[in-house]
Amino acid sequence: MAENGNGSVKEGFKMPEIKYTKLFINGEFVDAASGKEFETRDPRTGDVIVNVAEADKVDVDLAVKAAREAFDHGPWPRMSGYERGRILHKYADLIEQHIEELAALDGIDAGKLFEFGKAVDIPGAVRMLRYYASAADKIHGETLKLTTAHQGYTLKEPIGVVGVIIPWNFPSMMFFLKVSPALAAGCTVVVKPAEQTPLSALFYAKLAKEAGIPDGALNVVNGFGPTAGAALTSHMDVDNISFTGSPEIGSVIMQSAATSNLKTVSLELGGKSPMIIFDDANLDMAVGLASAAVFFNKGEICVAGSRVYVQDGIYDEFVKKVIECAKGWVVGDPFDPKVNMGPQVDKVQYERVLKYIEYGKRDGATLLTGGKPCGDKGYYIEPTIFADVKEDMKIAQDEIFGPVMSLIKFKTIEEAIERANCTKYGLAAGILTNDINIANRVSRSVRAGTVWINCYFVFDADAPFGGYKMSGFGRDQGMNAIEKYLQVKSVITPIYNSPWL
Amino acid sequence: MVGQRLVSSLLSRCLYASHRTLNPLMRQERKLGLATRISQRFSTLTAIEDPVTPPVEVNYTKLLINGQFVDAASGKTFPTLDPRTGEVIAHVAEGDSVDIDCAVKAARKAFDEGPWPKMTAYERSRILFKFADLIDEHNDELAALESWDNGKPFEQSAKEEVPLLSRVIRYYAGWADKIHGLIVPGDGARHVQVLREPIGVVGQIVPWNFPLLMFSWKVGPALACGNTVVLKPAEQTPLTALYAAKLLHEAGLPDGVLNVVAGFGPTAGSALAGHMEVDKIAFTGSTGAGKIIQELAAKSNLKSVTLELGGKSPFIVMDDADVDQAVELAHSALFHNQGQCCCAGSRTFVHERVYDEFVEKAKARALKRVVGDPFKQGVEQGPQIDEEQFSKILGYIKSGIDSGATLVAGGARAGNKGFYIQPTVFSDVKDEMTIAQEEIFGPVQTILKFKNLNEVIQRANASPYGLAAGVFTNNLNTANTLMRALRVGTVWINCYNLLDAAIPFGGYKMSGIGREKGMDSLNSYLQVKAVITPIENHSWL
Repeated sequence: MAENGNGSVKEGFKMPEIKYTKLFINGEFVDAASGKEFETRDPRTGDVIVNVAEADKVDVDLAVKAAREAFDHGPWPRMSGYERGRILHKYADLIEQHIEELAALDGIDAGKLFEFGKAVDIPGAVRMLRYYASAADKIHGETLKLTTAHQGYTLKEPIGVVGVIIPWNFPSMMFFLKVSPALAAGCTVVVKPAEQTPLSALFYAKLAKEAGIPDGALNVVNGFGPTAGAALTSHMDVDNISFTGSPEIGSVIMQSAATSNLKTVSLELGGKSPMIIFDDANLDMAVGLASAAVFFNKGEICVAGSRVYVQDGIYDEFVKKVIECAKGWVVGDPFDPKVNMGPQVDKVQYERVLKYIEYGKRDGATLLTGGKPCGDKGYYIEPTIFADVKEDMKIAQDEIFGPVMSLIKFKTIEEAIERANCTKYGLAAGILTNDINIANRVSRSVRAGTVWINCYFVFDADAPFGGYKMSGFGRDQGMNAIEKYLQVKSVITPIYNSPWL
Repeated sequence: MVGQRLVSSLLSRCLYASHRTLNPLMRQERKLGLATRISQRFSTLTAIEDPVTPPVEVNYTKLLINGQFVDAASGKTFPTLDPRTGEVIAHVAEGDSVDIDCAVKAARKAFDEGPWPKMTAYERSRILFKFADLIDEHNDELAALESWDNGKPFEQSAKEEVPLLSRVIRYYAGWADKIHGLIVPGDGARHVQVLREPIGVVGQIVPWNFPLLMFSWKVGPALACGNTVVLKPAEQTPLTALYAAKLLHEAGLPDGVLNVVAGFGPTAGSALAGHMEVDKIAFTGSTGAGKIIQELAAKSNLKSVTLELGGKSPFIVMDDADVDQAVELAHSALFHNQGQCCCAGSRTFVHERVYDEFVEKAKARALKRVVGDPFKQGVEQGPQIDEEQFSKILGYIKSGIDSGATLVAGGARAGNKGFYIQPTVFSDVKDEMTIAQEEIFGPVQTILKFKNLNEVIQRANASPYGLAAGVFTNNLNTANTLMRALRVGTVWINCYNLLDAAIPFGGYKMSGIGREKGMDSLNSYLQVKAVITPIENHSWL
């Protein structure tokens, strides 16, 4: 463990001023109808940053009503895709002007690395928004080839009011992953940010208004899942719900949609993604990628490469190097540019990760490094590696959502494929090899929504992202994501004396 | 179908005009015809007074090669003229084959060595978006320059065309990061990817009728796909392309990616179309010049060709039509831009039941059309582009009269300076008359009578062209039938001249090859590469 900074709060950083703490409904910041508030905390210290308004069903009703009105009678779906695109580009420009402030908000609210936020998270959110801003005028229906003398075509219509529920691990990226395609499609949106990280979402609401997004087209209701979240997912006037979070909550949301109005649902849930390293892989690259795949963002990432399969020919060498690599990860205040890994987001997650480390030891995995909290304040945990992990161990089955790597040795490609698929999840996979046949075969055989070959975490606005199996369904990113927010209408009429059919 | 004399005249419009002297034959026709004087009584023109001074300076008159404004290698220049007066606006460097070689070399290097095709699509899109913002910032300067060089109403340039320029650029900027090839199924255990790669160095030759719009239709998709470009603007209107290209460099375009070589068809244009290092040529202009370009491509390196050529587009008014609306739409379909639109609705087919009323009202509307200095507010029609076009149009008017069509409005030049022509309407036009068959490219509306749907379909299609058509009816079945039966690239139903960025545009038959705008245009600027590799022990096929 590096000696500098572990668990300490860096002095001298100027905290961003918290300007927006209310709910954003119909273009205005308002208190919760109940007047209630909840605390959002700084994970570096566990201290309260600020109290924010706490939405419940009444507030969600108001937000949906505003979104409904904005959709049914407002200008947003009625303006041209080009005009919507122009407003969304303006929105992106405004965010770009506030990168530092927004990265700081995510830093204190989610414990995310400030430098990384400035360089990756917020620019990534801007990039996502621009992608969809310029997709708004590229939504095509099709003319059809009908069996009889009829003219047919499809219209791709905005689906209506979209409910968005997003997690705390990437507050900015997740917000725009969902909101950008929905708005580009002409939908109106009600967003419930995670209760851990409402601050940047409220800032985005304010910038949306400034950019010219009409009142009611984008609403933000901070609150908790069982109250605000449940009200949104079961609402009779919400046409689609898009969720990123845990599989357990995904299941609840789908049920809630089913028992209310059968709204369409897309879910991007957990993962236990395999990183499969073959004998011919470049070892140093493999060590670097495997470590980053699970320690990045303190392991709080749904696509974490948390099961690392290493072929027996390089296994021992890999183990030696990966321990060394893990020890080089600097844990500390996310505002310190030297730090690689900040604290876990909150006490619950922190304790959950430590509990899983105990499960690992209990079930007979070999703890190679880490395994302990670090510092005496906040929610910092050491980068942790277990070897000799078996697929039936809890640490190999469940999503830990923390900096815990499970190392597994394998002999053949067949074995690697079978064991990699031995999970209820199917979000992503990494393959490290230079053998084109292995790469092609494993890419098709791994049942996961994203396969990275000789890379990892290469997210792109144009690359669809989502899960197989219990990692969810539907895709975010790419032109596929817009489809979630569109209805398809077939229009058919007789055609007379057509010279061709 | 096209008379020999007129072929040469059409050719000269885009590719072969090297002098602004009158075709002697045309001059003779004017003297003989006296159509001008005879028809003065139809004129209700605004007096054409001293020209307004355009609110813009001409700063860019050289060739733009490899990021630098340079003189032509020969040192030659040519004058670009003000169509209001025929006077010189500026002398512009005249590129010929030597300059085209330099420009192609720069484009080749920029393509082969980068950075343009090697940078990310997102970076390319950011530069194009920036360019669009700069266009917006310089809207009025570009518009003034466009109107000065071309003669089109300033309001049209400033409020429609320059905004459409930035709109098209934004449209393609947004495509840059959304160009997808397919992964296609193999018949056996193989993995097949289709890569869509930039095609390379693209030659583009644009006409004078919409210099900036045509610039955007060509340059937007070519650059978004990662190609490099050598563009030859029309010799009549070189100024705005140079200005726009300069703004594009200001937006961050690397040197050599867009080169602009002003010059003439037989020299610069031919050199570009026949160049061995140019991978693709895109041309908008006359059908005659289009044929020459395709031939040059065939004889050199078989470069791929897209052509957007002439038209004689039917505008069909059915008997259920609201005549007032139909008249207005048919009027703008033809007279817009002084009639200098390839998609002009130049054959107005009117159902016999509404024909007489339509002719009366079309005449009244034409007489009301405000002709005058394009820089004056409220002016609907400026001068024709140049003396050659002016004379050619007057020749067609004479031909209309001679062939027995009824001249109901206009028929002569307007004023006595510059290239203004009165809004002209012929009725009782028959299909076999020259004015019903050839592209006049001027403010001459020809009205034809028809009896029933099948007849009008057959007559509308009896043309070597197939660019566009207008349909005016509220009957759904009539609209649907016409929509499919007309052999044209664009059908406007109860509207005309809507040319949104996403709508593909191009011709059937001798109106051209390929499509511009929309997604379809991307296909013209991309190569398709299929990549196949076996898969071992596949888990699915």
